[in-house]
Amino acid sequence: MYSVQLHNVSKSFGSTLALKESSFSVNEGELFGFVGPDGAGKTTLFRILTTLLLPDSGDVSVLGLDVNKDYQKIRPMLGYMPGKFSLYQDLTVQENLEFFASVFNTTIKENYSLVEPIYKQLVEFKDRFAGNLSGGMKQKLALCCALIHKPKLLLLDEPTTGVDAVSRKEFWQMLGILKKEGITIIVSTPYMDEAEQCDQVALIDKGEILKIDTPDSIAKSFSKPLYGISHAQKYKLIQSLRAYQYADSVHPFGKSIHYTDQRNSFEIEELQSYLNTHGLEGAAIETITPGVEDVFMELMHKEKIDV
Amino acid sequence: MSELAIKTKDLTKTFGSFTAVDQITMEVKKGEIFGFLGANGAGKTTAMKMLTGLLTPTSGEAMVSGMDVYNQAESIKKNIGYMSQKFSLYDDLTPDENIRFYGGIYGLNDEKLGDKKEELIKSLGLTSFRKKLVGSLPLGWKQKLAFAISIIHDPGIVFLDEPTGGVDPVTRREFWERIYQVAEEGITVFVTTHYMDEAEYCDRVSIMVDGRIDALDTPDGLKNTFETDSIENVFIRLARSAERGD
Repeated sequence: MYSVQLHNVSKSFGSTLALKESSFSVNEGELFGFVGPDGAGKTTLFRILTTLLLPDSGDVSVLGLDVNKDYQKIRPMLGYMPGKFSLYQDLTVQENLEFFASVFNTTIKENYSLVEPIYKQLVEFKDRFAGNLSGGMKQKLALCCALIHKPKLLLLDEPTTGVDAVSRKEFWQMLGILKKEGITIIVSTPYMDEAEQCDQVALIDKGEILKIDTPDSIAKSFSKPLYGISHAQKYKLIQSLRAYQYADSVHPFGKSIHYTDQRNSFEIEELQSYLNTHGLEGAAIETITPGVEDVFMELMHKEKIDV
Repeated sequence: MSELAIKTKDLTKTFGSFTAVDQITMEVKKGEIFGFLGANGAGKTTAMKMLTGLLTPTSGEAMVSGMDVYNQAESIKKNIGYMSQKFSLYDDLTPDENIRFYGGIYGLNDEKLGDKKEELIKSLGLTSFRKKLVGSLPLGWKQKLAFAISIIHDPGIVFLDEPTGGVDPVTRREFWERIYQVAEEGITVFVTTHYMDEAEYCDRVSIMVDGRIDALDTPDGLKNTFETDSIENVFIRLARSAERGD
């Protein structure tokens, strides 16, 4: 059973093609992630799925219904958290939740069990204005408000942007709980560690879906042997690797630099001695397993070259 | 002249009964990339506002580029660069016009401004966008332009408040390369981020919890002290001990 099905969907704004013949399906109960740069078409996609925007062409079915004809039936079954904070800043935490419950003809009491794991973290601030909450708390409240009518499909547009590492972790633990409740979740994120927690991930850029697969399969699709290189002088290491005549890609990844070589077979010792002669003695070079972020970087760069 | 870009001692800011920043003491060396980490609501923005001369401290001491935050706030503002968390360029001006506007505010003369403009547009690769409105640029470009403009007056130190929030992995890395370049040129970089991999790119990192600085060291030093292999683990361990829910 599919929760969402898109077939050849396109959408333009004037001369800008925001979505280009996109097709994909989201299984019921799945946690589905979108990653892509700003302007890739993610928000357009969310607006189409929430029936706020009609596609120019193609078919979109959400929860088995057509977005064009049945939008009134679809909407009550959706929970949507837009990228911009959209709660009422001058209502309190509790008032916001009450408001969203009443809009959907329900009460907090009726569906409290669903929001409880999240709301109990907010209860001590229930009389505070939403505008005075910190970033992480705002997002938790927004999630509660999107859930209070027990939606079948939850759409979250970059819910953790600007949120600290701890709140981000907690937020994703909540998504895990909701998934267990059987709610289908579609989420976009600029954080690759979050993408790796999804059942399926779609990489999107310039209105086109470049890849859809499980995080594991995406990571495995990386085309070359990957090396992690580290040295205390990071910037010097990056520059020296870029200047190496056989360097293919050189990307900083936190504590190490991820490196691929142009040659099919290459000796680590050779690179080691090159680095030695450039004042980077003792650089550690090791073979590493690529992640989703490596593939994202590879696809994005390939695209740049194609253009 | 001291070799410190920032020096604070017991710097504190209270709002009513709430202590937003609680006796922070730190030194940032000239030319250093200093990562200023902390959970949402830990007090980072308040601390930054004091260091940039926008907010007068309640108590304690702070010197920025050798200037006192109490009585030289105006000189501090002129001599630092600041890129705020909220995009602060004019959406309805072109990159050219934004550069001219901010250059003018910082008192650059026409000749210097003309050179700077060409240099910036070229080095940012914005040539084909120079006549377009900034509002129409992708977020990554906007952030790069905002960064370039924040140091248009060659300040000794630049404050970057979450410059890569919501930015994709490719652009995020391009942005950090600019940070490295700027630091090589001798500008001190004081930066906040929620991406823990970016903390690894800093020379030193501090972590704020409930208004205090609970840890300050090199990324490797922090990992050793906390006996873990990532800054994320250090951060999570410290931030989980927070009392403040907000």
